[in-house]
Order: sequence, then C-alpha cells, then structure tokens
Amino acid sequence: MSSAHEANPLRDPADRRLPRIAGPSGLVIFGVTGDLSRKKLMPAVYDLANRGLLPPGFALIGFARRDWADEDFAQIVHDAVKEHARTPFREEVWQQLLQGMRFVQGDFDDDAAFEQLGATIQDLDKAQGTGGNFAFYLSVPPKFFPKVVQQLKKHGLADEQNGSWRRAVIEKPFGHDLASAKELNAIVHEVFAPDQVFRIDHYLGKETVQNILALRFANTLFEPIWNRSYVDHVQITMAEDIGIGGRAGYYDGIGAARDVIQNHLLQLLALTAMEEPASFDAASLAAEKTKVLRAVRLPKDLGSATVRAQYAAGWQGGEKVIGYLQEEGIDAKSKTDTYAAVRLGIDNRRWAGVPFYLRTGKRLGRRVTEIAVVFQRAPHSPFDSTATEELGQNALVIRVQPDEGVTLRFGSKVPGTSMEVRDVSMDFAYGESFTESSPEAYERLILDVLLGDSNLFPRTEEVELSWEILDPIEQFWDRSGKPAQYPAGTWGPVEADEMLERDGRSWRRP
Amino acid sequence: MKIDLTDTTASKINKALVQGRRAIGTPAVGMVLTLVIVTDEENAYDAMRAAGEASREHPSRTLVVIRRVSRTPRDRTSSRLDAEVRVGADAGTGETVVVRLYGEVVGHAQSVVLPLLLPDAPVVVWWPVNAPLDPAQDPLGKLGQRRVTDTYAAEQPIEELTARSEAYTPGDTDLAWTRITPWRSMIAAALDQVNCTVTSVVVEGEEFNPSCELLAMWLAERLGVPVERTLSPGPGLTAVRMETDCGPVALDRADGSLATLSVQGQPERAVALKRRETAELIAEELRRLDPDDTYAAALSFGVEHLYDATGAPVREPGSEARETAGPDGEQTGSGAAEKSAPAKKAPAKKAPAKKATAK
Repeated sequence: MSSAHEANPLRDPADRRLPRIAGPSGLVIFGVTGDLSRKKLMPAVYDLANRGLLPPGFALIGFARRDWADEDFAQIVHDAVKEHARTPFREEVWQQLLQGMRFVQGDFDDDAAFEQLGATIQDLDKAQGTGGNFAFYLSVPPKFFPKVVQQLKKHGLADEQNGSWRRAVIEKPFGHDLASAKELNAIVHEVFAPDQVFRIDHYLGKETVQNILALRFANTLFEPIWNRSYVDHVQITMAEDIGIGGRAGYYDGIGAARDVIQNHLLQLLALTAMEEPASFDAASLAAEKTKVLRAVRLPKDLGSATVRAQYAAGWQGGEKVIGYLQEEGIDAKSKTDTYAAVRLGIDNRRWAGVPFYLRTGKRLGRRVTEIAVVFQRAPHSPFDSTATEELGQNALVIRVQPDEGVTLRFGSKVPGTSMEVRDVSMDFAYGESFTESSPEAYERLILDVLLGDSNLFPRTEEVELSWEILDPIEQFWDRSGKPAQYPAGTWGPVEADEMLERDGRSWRRP
Repeated sequence: MKIDLTDTTASKINKALVQGRRAIGTPAVGMVLTLVIVTDEENAYDAMRAAGEASREHPSRTLVVIRRVSRTPRDRTSSRLDAEVRVGADAGTGETVVVRLYGEVVGHAQSVVLPLLLPDAPVVVWWPVNAPLDPAQDPLGKLGQRRVTDTYAAEQPIEELTARSEAYTPGDTDLAWTRITPWRSMIAAALDQVNCTVTSVVVEGEEFNPSCELLAMWLAERLGVPVERTLSPGPGLTAVRMETDCGPVALDRADGSLATLSVQGQPERAVALKRRETAELIAEELRRLDPDDTYAAALSFGVEHLYDATGAPVREPGSEARETAGPDGEQTGSGAAEKSAPAKKAPAKKAPAKKATAK
C-alpha cells in the first residue's frame, strides 16, 4: 500500500486535510453476536464509514453459531449502530456499508463453515474489490484462540497472496501468566507474522492516553520536572463501580491484577515513565516502552508492598449490593482478587527511589481512571507553618476517563488580610469541550489495524515483560494468606491505606 | 445567560463577559480560539448557529460583527455600538458576543474587536458573505491568522476566485475549498487502489459553483494533465471522470449523497459523499490554523488554465460548455464566460509568481 501512496500524485504530505483512508480491505469478526461486537466494534465501523475513513467497497463479515441470513445480520448491525454509534445515523452511509456485509454461520471446529468463509472472502474480492486484504477480529473467549487460528491456517485463510495482507486482531487477556502468554504467542505467530498480529488494549486508543505523549514531549513545561528530583511518587488508578456482573466464569481465577494491572496499568506506567522516543513510529515507541518495563523492580517484601482484596456486601451509590463471594457462580472459598494494589520501583537514573503505586478494583467509589504525578513539597517555605497548613503536595493529574482532561494542583493565597495558602486546581477539561468529536478508542484502533499502523498496540515483548512483573506477585499471593475484604462502594481495603501510610503517603481520592 | 448592552464600548463588553462567567460559576474557560464572524443582519443567524455547533469541537469565543445600514445622513454621522453577550448554555461551549455597529463606527470595527480577542489564542475571521477582495489587507482580516471566505456565496463566483488567487496571502482559505475535501480524499483513495497514470480528467458540476473549479484546478495542478470542466444541473459536484492508461476511473454522484465509484476491471462500489452543513465545514476549517499550501497551489493554478493546460486540448465542441471556455463558450456557460473573460488575463501572468511566494 505504501508504494501506491508514493506513486499517487494526489497524495501530498503538505495536504493535511486529506484523512488517512484505509486501503481496500475487509474485517471478519468472530463472535459477532457478543457484547463487545455489538456495543463497540459494529458502531466503530459505522462511525469510521460515516467519517469517510473506510475505503469504498469495505467488507464486514460476521462469523457466529447463530443461524442467520445476511439480512438478519445486517439487521443486527443496523440496530447496534442505531443504538450505540457516536455519529448520527445516515442512510447513505448505511447503504455503502450494507453492500459489503455478509454472515457466515458455523462452529469453530466446523470445517465447512471455514470453507464457506473462504468462499465469501473470494466472493467479496470480486464483488467489492477488497483485494484479498482481511483482518480477522477474534472477539471470542481466549480458550477458542488456538482453535480459530488453526482453522484459519488449515483453510489457507491466513495466507497472503500477491501483495495482499491478512491480519489477526486479538483482545485481552493475552494469557494468564508468562508461560501461557508465550504459548499463546507461539500459536498465533505460527500462523500470522508478528507484525500482522494486533493486540487490542483499548486504553491505548483513548485520546487522553495518546495525550500523555503530547503533554510530555510537545511541551517544555513538564519534562524538566518529570524525574526523581521533583516527583515524590506516582499513583495510577483504575476504579470501576460495577461488580463482576455475569462474567463469573471469566473472572474467577483471573482477578483484578491479571485483568487490569498486567495490561492497562502497566501500559500507562510505561507511557508515564518512558524516555523520549527517537520518533513516533511503532518501533521507537515499543523500544522505549520495553526499556522502561525492563527497568521495573518489584519491592523486596511483597507482603508489605502489595494488597489484594475482595469486595464484601455493602451499599454502592444508594444501592444494596452483594459481596464477591456471594456472586452467582463464585466459589465461596475463592481467593480471586477484585482489588489489587502494588508498589513498583523503576531502576533508572530518572526514577530511582520514586515509587509507582498501581491500584485497581471493582465496586469502588466511582468509575475513574487517572494518573497522578505527585510532586515533592517545597524544600523550604518562607511562610509560617500555620499559613501552609492546608497546602497539599503539588500534583499533575491526567484524567483518562471519564471527564477526560488534565488538572494541575498548586497552592494559592486565600484572599484576606492574613497569609493563608490553600490548594487550587487549574483544569484543562478535554471531556467537556471535545467529547462529542473525540473518536472512540475502537474507531482509532480498527482504522490503525486496516492501515497496518501498530503504534498503539502492545507488542509481544511488552506483554511478556508485563507478565514477568506480575507473575512473582501472583505467586506470592497464591502461597500466602487470603484476600482482605472491603465494603462495596468504598475506596478499597484499610490494608491498602496502611500500605501507603507505612511510606508516609496516602491515596488520592480520585 | 444573556446580557444586553446598548450604546456601549469594548471595555464594558469585557466586563459583562467576566460578570456573565462568574454568574454561571465557570470562571476558568478552556477556549482555544477567537472566531470573528463579519456579516450582515440577514446572514447572522445561520452563521451563528453554524459557529455554535462548530464550537462543540473547538470551544471558542465567537464575536459576531454586524454592520447596520444607515439610511439617513443623521444616522451616518452619529455612531453607536450595541452588544449582546451570551455565556453558558446560550453560547454553545464558549462565549458569544454579538456587536451591532451603527453609523461612523461601522468603518472602525477592528477597534471594537481588538480588545475582545482572547489572549494568546489564534484568531479566525470568517465572512459568510460579502468578503473583502483582499482579506489579508482588510482591517478586520489583519487581526486573524486565518481568513475564511466563501466564494460560493458570491454573485460572480469564478471572478471572485480569480480575485482570491491574485490577493492570496498565506492563511487565506475558502469554504468552497473545504466543501470538496471528501471528494478529494475519495479520488485520492481511488488512485491508491490502482497503479495507473491519469491522462485526462473531466470535472462535472453545477454552474456558478466554484468548488468544481477548485477541484478541477487541484487535479490539474497535482496530476499535470488537461482537466475539463463541464456543466450539469447539480446538485453541487456530480462527477469526476479520469482517463488512465488502464481504463477509466469515475466517481459519480447524481443525488448529492450516495456516489458510485467505478474503476476499470473492478466492481462498482457505493460511497457515501454527503453535501455537508456549514457547521461541519467551519469545524474542519478550525482544525488546522496553519496556511493551506495545497489550496494556494490549486488556486494559483488559475481558472483559465483548466482549458488549455497543455496547449492543444483534444475535445469535441459539445463539451465546451465550461464557464471559462472563452467567448465562444455556448449555451448556459456563455454568460459567465464573457464576464470572466477580461478578468482572467492578469492572473495568467501572475500565477507562477504567486505560486512561488505561496510555498
């Protein structure tokens, strides 16, 4: 595709109005009847088409067990788009998409169904001009990954012919520990080349996460103080107010740390702590991220620097909710964590001695994800201690979701005759002003898959390094004790508060 | 909330803005630019609505400058400034100030606007109608990094286009150009898919629509092939047909919303190409505030070169219904052709020089 771009006289780097449109291609969604597909993927495809970013003749193939005709499938997509799409529904955009929509019915071990899929792809190449370029989106439980991937191989669907591409898109979890992650990678890479495998971490598609790089590297203001001389510690939080809902089967045995810390939080840590990449291409970014992940050190005493817990029955925002052990389908003796907090260090010149506190949990106070860089107190204050009693530590908070934006907290004099300094916030509210036009993470990521741009996708090494960080913690937890309990609707167990108190710090209330 | 000020000054307006923000409890504002809309009473409503919608993507302070017509000598010699300050829910995501100028102050609008610009933030001046011939030299235009005109709204669009080309200063842009971005991206995408060399192009669209000329000039400038401009009843642009060394590539849009892309040897494909609302155009325009070099290059190519780019165009007489065909252009196109004929001599010589300065 890139060679065609060079040859195309209408493409000019200076012409910045022209958007990046994906080349001729199609998307095959396995598990198309699932929640993710209906709530995120289909609307994202429509939104891309509505913004004019999909190629003419784009094809969408659904693969699932249901006995549907193409029309039934189109109806499901239609309903999903109407309900969940970000941009207004427009009939002509729908007509454009409709022409390339197909449904293939079958089980994952059904050879005939995969033959049918192959025939549908060839048919679309003829009817829609997709040029043999297809991305296979595996929106299925991880236990089916090997099956689907091997079926794709067996029926020649992963073979790239005459310059076309075939890509695989997989969702987390990428294994449940280092060994299983390596096994999964081996299975996928046996069929698809490593650079044709796209691991979706939808956090990386969020505007606010991409903004971390802009904030750090496009400005001069923050980078000089972004180090151990000024930063006291960093807190990265991802809190959910919901319980496990109907996901008992998936969640039990996995837990919060594997579900969230291993991918989302460690990626956020890498972006916050990494050095400036040589350029913004995928290779340079991955190089810096792996470098910083490699420098992550676990605390010596895992018992005092990690906390895991389960939510107990309680009141969540005015609603009475049951505890984790009472959830349907959960063993009453389960040791799975629904809350996890860890302290990590980064052994390099920039960060030595600065703790990074990562926490995540379900049934916490409210749904929020943020990165708080908390700065040291001024080494000397000319004011009386009474004047600065109410002054906290300066902080820069990147609010990833919701209410996307950046907050800077600093002290300011309270108007009046006496000198009194109090914390105030300076706010950049991305969310308030830009939400209506900010693309959904999945839009960006699907477009990047079609364009072959792997900037925002974690690589194999990053996934494996993350497991190397988490595995010892999980093993320690397996060996010793059992999870603490915290009432639903609070900000986690007292053990977590004590963990920070021992360091002379406290959790921010996000 | 809305604050009305009669017979006022810029500093009183500034005070009202601060007062309004305090009253609704959001003293800190994240506005990224000032949009100055210069218009008459008739077009103010539509322009403000478009700006309000665009402000969702680009929170901005919108200053609407309305020059009132004075009908008596007494009115002309007196002078008055009325303002309407809107903040909060009444003003999209930013603030809107509508200033109405009466009498002498009409000629000194910049003195009112200057104190009301946001500190540091870029300034965009937009004339929905009646844009000055040289926007960069206009007293209000001088205040802006970006000057947005709309030749589509002009009485003589093609002449106006020529004038824009002569007066082009980096930072100028035109909504007639913005309108064709979806076309340009789709044509570029179509050429991404084939490995062919284009030999000639026909751009077909309604009369008095400068977007057609701009698209034709862009194609001619980029491809270096003769480009023919033909007429159709519209709506807007209706087709771009390219002859290439591997067969025709055509994008047809008969109904103004759903287009068909046909490429030799490939199946026909439907493409959504809707004509866009002004709000979307303004939102696109505000997305980038640096000079648009591609627009400059297309504009300076010159309307008159559409016909004789390579000297000797091979074409049947029937297809000469272009507005710019020259005195012998026939039927519908002839009126415009005669009017634009005198104007096009000058830029023909100037074009190369302009092109050099624009880069």
